[in-house]
Amino acid sequence: MNTPLLQVQDLRVTFTTGRGAVHAVDGVTFDVGAGEVLGLVGESGSGKSVTLRAIPRLLHDNAAVSGRVLWHGQDLLTIPDERLRAIRGGQVAMVFQEPMSALNPVLPIGMQIDEVLVAHTDMDRAARRRRAIELLGLVGIASAATRLDQYPHEFSGGMRQRAMIAISLAAQPALLLADEPTTALDVTIQDQILTLLLQLVSELGMAMVLVTHDLGVVAETCDRVAVMYAGRLCETGPVELVFNRPRHAYTDALLRSMPGDGAAGAMLTPIPGQPPRIDSPVPGCAFAPRCSYAEPRCTTERPVLTAYAPGHDSACYAATRLPARVEEGAA
Amino acid sequence: MTLLAVEGVSKRFPARRGLVDVLSGRPRQAVHAVEQVSLEVRRGETLGIVGESGCGKSTFARCLVRLYEPDEGAIRFEGADVLALQGDARRNFNRHVQMVFQDPYGSLNPRMTVGDTLAEALSVHAVVARAQVPARVRELLDLVHLPADAAERYPHEFSGGQRQRIGIARALAVEPSLIIADEPVSALDVSVQASIVNLFLELQARLGLTLVFITHDLRLVKHMTHRVAVMYLGRIVEVGPTADLFAAPRHPYTQALIRAVPHVKPAAREARRNRQAAVTGELPSPLKPPPGCAFHPRCPIAQPACAQAVPALEDRGGAWPVACIRVSG
Repeated sequence: MNTPLLQVQDLRVTFTTGRGAVHAVDGVTFDVGAGEVLGLVGESGSGKSVTLRAIPRLLHDNAAVSGRVLWHGQDLLTIPDERLRAIRGGQVAMVFQEPMSALNPVLPIGMQIDEVLVAHTDMDRAARRRRAIELLGLVGIASAATRLDQYPHEFSGGMRQRAMIAISLAAQPALLLADEPTTALDVTIQDQILTLLLQLVSELGMAMVLVTHDLGVVAETCDRVAVMYAGRLCETGPVELVFNRPRHAYTDALLRSMPGDGAAGAMLTPIPGQPPRIDSPVPGCAFAPRCSYAEPRCTTERPVLTAYAPGHDSACYAATRLPARVEEGAA
Repeated sequence: MTLLAVEGVSKRFPARRGLVDVLSGRPRQAVHAVEQVSLEVRRGETLGIVGESGCGKSTFARCLVRLYEPDEGAIRFEGADVLALQGDARRNFNRHVQMVFQDPYGSLNPRMTVGDTLAEALSVHAVVARAQVPARVRELLDLVHLPADAAERYPHEFSGGQRQRIGIARALAVEPSLIIADEPVSALDVSVQASIVNLFLELQARLGLTLVFITHDLRLVKHMTHRVAVMYLGRIVEVGPTADLFAAPRHPYTQALIRAVPHVKPAAREARRNRQAAVTGELPSPLKPPPGCAFHPRCPIAQPACAQAVPALEDRGGAWPVACIRVSG
């Protein structure tokens, strides 16, 4: 990887709520290379979706965001609104979890694609219509010309997600931010949408940040993975390396808790306890209270990201004590 | 051996009609949620029922406990005709067959303490003498690994996983022989899911429970169940021993379903990038199911005959029944 396409540096997001400040994202740093698929994974409340939405500044007004989000040398967090609007939906596009609430229910799909083309290209009406038909074809929607005039409610769940992907691709983005794009879908439809996204990434040379809670989805689709817990980045690295040789006790525990790790019918290995409340700062490692590898300093000193292999960083004092899941070389 | 036997159960729901439909005298359409399902639940086993949304698995679960009255068919529990039970006999059946629901937030009364919720179940079915209720409540909380002081607290004070434990304790309160769990861990995070899965495994071993586990998650079914029934658009397409069925699925839909599940395993990424989507097309509308085999419009090996008649669930030369005319041996 040469110069990264996107650099997120020390991102912090704090929400002001009626019950005080909530530190949803607490110092997250990662890069996305051109054409790369990065999985942002974590359980509910880990801050993965907030991180993703902070990149194109899509958070509500009660969010205080700091840090830097560098896109071609400019910081998306500080550039003027007008320049941001030219990038958002253009070079950087987004796909949401719930297509029914992300799509406009009173506009035909064709018009929603057209809006993006009007905003980000200088095509004339006829060219835009041709491009819209081409886009629906690209995402696998049959009889595209008729479908353009239909409304979101006339589409099935899987077709709506395809339509949303078509809208996001309209201006040929270099980076697609996908927030749990298949979580609301059935497994065979999820399989179709993942196939489509992978195909688009390789054919269009697009990069993608895929937010998901499903480690299986990460293993099958991503080049690199960033694991989040309680608003912090635990571990980041190439998918095979992280899953075969985790260097953070949370990643290790998460992988172990999944069914399919041991024999059928065997007891699973849950993670004891609950994720911490993020309305008060945690002094040491946020995972320490639930961690079976914790040592005294874990609760007082916050571990920093350290490299254990090229591109494989982890913030865990137990990094070298964790067992390999797959014998090195066997995979 | 057979605890619960289901024969040809169907459940249809009338579809809403618009004014135009009524005025033009169009016949009322029906959603065929469950069609001609026959299945047996064996004593002491965990039976999985899997399928995607709209396949009728939850409707079927509710038919089993008579939360829905089936339109056709028969259900026998220890030989007795469940659908004919009335009064005390029906209450007795309810005691022996309990349900655990998906949403641990919605299935508990927010204004009752956990102790009251459990005590209510105990007194409705007069399981223990009044004086012994507090002791039994403590026992139940211990059984599902909740602290004894949980009895005085309200559902909102608990996390999702703990609430599901309360739901399970309530089901266990009446000492049932069969528990029907409808997506009991789907609302929970992976790390919490594991502890509830363990609780089911442990309870089954300790109490000899029979369990019907309904889920869309094939990884869980593979891990937890002895036998599995696969549903598609209201019908069972294949039912067999879990390990064998996952190793060599016979129905083309089961094959697609198993292939579509993403796995954490070495070289998962290369394997994924070198294959097509497991199956094309989407679930047809249950208002207008396709003629013949409902899967034929998406099936890679369909023949014209597949659209002619609904295939029967039969052995077809193999070790377990499958509803596909293209399968033999």
